[in-house]
Amino acid sequence: MKPAGIRVKLLIGKRKGSFTITSDPVRIRWNLEGHNYLGHIIYHYVSDPRDPQSYVIAAKTGHLGPTIYFSKDGGATWKESSHPPQFEKKSESKEVLPEADIVKESARKIEAEANSNADPESKANSVETVFWLTPGHQSEPGVWYAGTAPPGMFITRDGGDTWAPVTGFNEYTQANEGLHGEGATPGGQLTHSILIDPRDANHLYTSISVGGTFESTDKGTTWTPINKGIEAEFLPDPDTPYGHDPHLVVAHPANPDRLYQQNHCGIYRLDRPDVKWVRIGNNMPKEIGDIGFPIVVHPENADRAWVFPMDGTEVWPRTSPDGKPAVYETQDAGESWHRHDMGLPTEHGYFTVKRQAMCADYTVPLGLYFGTTCGEVWASLDEGNSWNCIIRHLPEIYSVTATME
Amino acid sequence: MLVHIPSPLRHYTGGVSQVDAQGSSVSELLNDLDNKYSGIKFRMIDEHDRMRQHIKIFVNKNAVNSVAAPLSANDEVHIICALSGG
Repeated sequence: MKPAGIRVKLLIGKRKGSFTITSDPVRIRWNLEGHNYLGHIIYHYVSDPRDPQSYVIAAKTGHLGPTIYFSKDGGATWKESSHPPQFEKKSESKEVLPEADIVKESARKIEAEANSNADPESKANSVETVFWLTPGHQSEPGVWYAGTAPPGMFITRDGGDTWAPVTGFNEYTQANEGLHGEGATPGGQLTHSILIDPRDANHLYTSISVGGTFESTDKGTTWTPINKGIEAEFLPDPDTPYGHDPHLVVAHPANPDRLYQQNHCGIYRLDRPDVKWVRIGNNMPKEIGDIGFPIVVHPENADRAWVFPMDGTEVWPRTSPDGKPAVYETQDAGESWHRHDMGLPTEHGYFTVKRQAMCADYTVPLGLYFGTTCGEVWASLDEGNSWNCIIRHLPEIYSVTATME
Repeated sequence: MLVHIPSPLRHYTGGVSQVDAQGSSVSELLNDLDNKYSGIKFRMIDEHDRMRQHIKIFVNKNAVNSVAAPLSANDEVHIICALSGG
């Protein structure tokens, strides 16, 4: 961690563009530095801890296909990926047809494409959204991973310019029923929480919403479900190996064997090499519950984590419980939880926080931040005890990440 | 042939709304556009050569449903970002 007196830059991805917010050295004054890609849907905006001047943005618009933008100079200039993530195109048939059949085949293709539901090829996945970005291992500069909707994983080795499929993962999701569905992002099935073990670049975790959490020890070639102990009340078979609904999974940076998960069905902890998750959300107050999207860990203390609960009862309002937003913290790995609501609305506060929209800044004392569905950014400079709204009136916020200057 | 570019794609064409491109099919035309304005094709067409949901292409004011649709040198092409409500 870094001492106080360092400027913090928050990279904000929104439903209508990306913004940066920079603090003064004591993190009291915050300056909104304008926007990039206004009107674009920005699902993730991430800096590279190996090269803090390198940023990557996952973007699309309402009409156009997805793309990626990257900067090598701290956001001063940007370039668009020359080959954004895309699934492998199905190979064309090599069969040589008689000339008359060529005409028939051409007509068949045109008719089939006009009525795409009737064409088996039409079911081939195409990348609708790049949803998640993860910088690669410390030993692999320029490497990033991307998670997509429909569920897919892609890798770049040049800092974001050209992307290739992680074939092992994409074939795995295609081969298993229920792991390659579609839906409107960010609500549908998508790949997120791509985690790189800092001790071993070949050891990866990732998660799929309504799919589960998976582990690879061979750099993504093969994958194994790792969902024991996770409840899935929406599935007929509670012991299914996958199909669960992780909202966010994090590994502690100093103790990568400690995983936390905020799931559709509660908050969990897993200490490897164990393979069975423990529902630590059962220790949350019953009137609050343990449903939400984000979870943030302390950079050094693996027993400390923060969540932002939402109302997951009945029809899932996805608002702060009882209109009273609060952060909950554990200091004992989930054995107990403490409410932090000082400074937050005491009534009629119905916003919530999406999975990429809460983060920590790695300074002492630890700064915590979250962006809301109603376009506010809140900061805590005392490790979550009290909160202050530092920016408001922005579009709906999808991601908040912190970097240091 | 003349190709009309919708506003969400004009940052590829330097803000120009009408460009010249060549091809004997919509697919070839899009490849020619992509050669001139790198990246523009994938925003309209997915990796399996399917038109994206909200992209429509008209040839001489007639909608085409496939990138295999033929083109002639004197055709006029409109690329449209289709409104879907709101």
